[in-house]
Amino acid sequence: MNVHEFQAKQLFGQFGIPVPRGKEILSPEAGSAWAAELNTPVFVVKAQIHAGGRGKAGGVKITKDKAAVPGLVKELIGKTLVTHQTGPKGREVRRLLIEEGAAIAKELYVSIVVDRDSGWPVFIASTEGGMEIEEVAAHTPEKIIREAIDPAVGFQGYNGRNIAFALGLPAMEPAVVNPFIQMMGNLYRMFMDKNAAMVEINPLVITSDKKLIALDGKVSFDDSALFRHADVQQMRDLHEEEPLEIEAGENNLNYVKLDGNIGCMVNGAGLAMATMDVIKLAGSEPANFLDVGGGATKETVAAGFRILLKDPNVKGIFINIFGGIVRCERIAHGVIEAAKEVKINVPLVVRLQGTNAEEGRKLLAESGLKLEVADDLWEAAQKIVKLTGKAA
Amino acid sequence: MSILVNKHTRVVVQGITGKEGSFHATQCKAYGTQMVAGVTPGKAGQEVEGIPVFNTVRDAVRKTQCDTSLIFVPPPFCADAILEAADAGVKLIICITEGIPVNDMVKVKRALYGRDVRLIGPNCPGVITVDEAKIGIMPGFIHKKGVVGVVSRSGTLTYEAVHQLSTLGLGETTCVGIGGDPVNGTGFVDVLALFEKDPETQAIVMIGEIGGDAEEKAAEFIKKHVKKPVVSFIAGITAPPGRRMGHAGAIVSGGKGTAAEKMKILEAAGVRVVKNPAEIGNAVKLALGR
Repeated sequence: MNVHEFQAKQLFGQFGIPVPRGKEILSPEAGSAWAAELNTPVFVVKAQIHAGGRGKAGGVKITKDKAAVPGLVKELIGKTLVTHQTGPKGREVRRLLIEEGAAIAKELYVSIVVDRDSGWPVFIASTEGGMEIEEVAAHTPEKIIREAIDPAVGFQGYNGRNIAFALGLPAMEPAVVNPFIQMMGNLYRMFMDKNAAMVEINPLVITSDKKLIALDGKVSFDDSALFRHADVQQMRDLHEEEPLEIEAGENNLNYVKLDGNIGCMVNGAGLAMATMDVIKLAGSEPANFLDVGGGATKETVAAGFRILLKDPNVKGIFINIFGGIVRCERIAHGVIEAAKEVKINVPLVVRLQGTNAEEGRKLLAESGLKLEVADDLWEAAQKIVKLTGKAA
Repeated sequence: MSILVNKHTRVVVQGITGKEGSFHATQCKAYGTQMVAGVTPGKAGQEVEGIPVFNTVRDAVRKTQCDTSLIFVPPPFCADAILEAADAGVKLIICITEGIPVNDMVKVKRALYGRDVRLIGPNCPGVITVDEAKIGIMPGFIHKKGVVGVVSRSGTLTYEAVHQLSTLGLGETTCVGIGGDPVNGTGFVDVLALFEKDPETQAIVMIGEIGGDAEEKAAEFIKKHVKKPVVSFIAGITAPPGRRMGHAGAIVSGGKGTAAEKMKILEAAGVRVVKNPAEIGNAVKLALGR
């Protein structure tokens, strides 16, 4: 789960990581009142959306004029920002962060993730703050510093020193070395205590008055650990999520919307991905990823149909089920019942394989429903692509 | 011969009185696996399909000499269950549970490091040695005794591959699901090494997916140490970057972990990579010259 920058900074504050004074603002009036209270030489008005590249898209405004703040709020709220991470449709701005500007002497980069190979949390740091770290890694990999933390003992002073010296902090600004080491310890504590999946400060700024400050922050959380953190759950912003994905989640279905026109419904995540791949190989594009789980029932299949059919791009549906513990004839009954409940007005191909597959296919063929039945994966994919027509 | 489990393997099921635990313990027993014990705290003295239930894994080990644990404990308590099994002296821990917090697995992996215990999973279908022991949730009947070792990050996609191998008459030795989580126990490399040493296994199927660099590590290992033919399919060539595709570990992040890149690296290591998952079986047949 992702959160907004202002929420990330609230958490930073709780863990003793310095951030600019700032506040979430929803209206020009509130902006005006907060600007008066903030009373700073430079005001920064930042659009809050779950996507990077806001600055380039015009989502960050800077002014020295207190009186200009309400106008900037008016300009940004309701504006649609198109960045390289939002896709062409862009994202509507509903919330802003207004904070004091900082006098920047130097920009750094710091983040923590879990290294999947070792299973240890690892800091990634760079002197190239303000840039996308993927770019730095691609063009100047020698500027990427990694420091793995032994989870048995947690963050130690030497971990902080390793990063600080590798960055060349003592030469850059000796006054920030010890605060930096302490800050890294706080960052690690936040990462572990809050079950974060990623914490990124970019840029981490050394100000002209020799202070460290997290000027931008990005935090995402491990969905599997949200049950432990009621405070984090409250930070969820449904406006930032695809409505069909929210509905799928409420039905315990795993759904990701894509741009193609063949809707697919599959049991199991790996097979669901493979099904998307096969649709592409057969010459079309998948409209979604949908895993109905190991135990596909009439209810899950019906919910799946409803979600797939709400996507106007869907011109055909491909159901691919490998019956393991769940027997195919039960799935066939589920499909038949669900198809009666939900009006299906696009071609449908059902591929059943595994336990009692033949019986299931027979039930479907004799159901009177308008659908094609298949037993082979490749044959089924070709069928649905043919019935749907090639991708537009 | 086979790898990891066989007809002598003695299994304890943690979480045996739950819905999933009791159902699958029964299925595994019906397959012929030696299901010797179950554990649910506070339910000692009960039985599930004739399998005695104990309060702790320690009691189960003492009374039944079980050496392998199959875990169905819910995610919030699962790290505890894995560590309990390790401390009780179980040598192989197979964790089916999906949705364990990553940081819990970080601590578990660290705690197991250097100890004489192997973890398979979590978030996996388990391990089956055909006609000897089924320790997991896979449908036993699709498997047929044969010559191909299967290792995979996925569940139903593995069944798909196994079905093809069985239908073509090639059959399998052992099938290992290593799981779809970002931090897991045994990886591709360990299982590949076991298959390479196993005299019955003549070819290996490796099913990977987007996310992480387990396939890249496997390619490096195969190039140096695996003489047997390896056929591989990588799921998720159509997956968009930055989106999690069902499995917690299936995500392309920062341009890393794409299916295309993994396929390229595996091919360069001499692996026969198939782009069509319906072709896995045929590719193995071809590799074995049958």
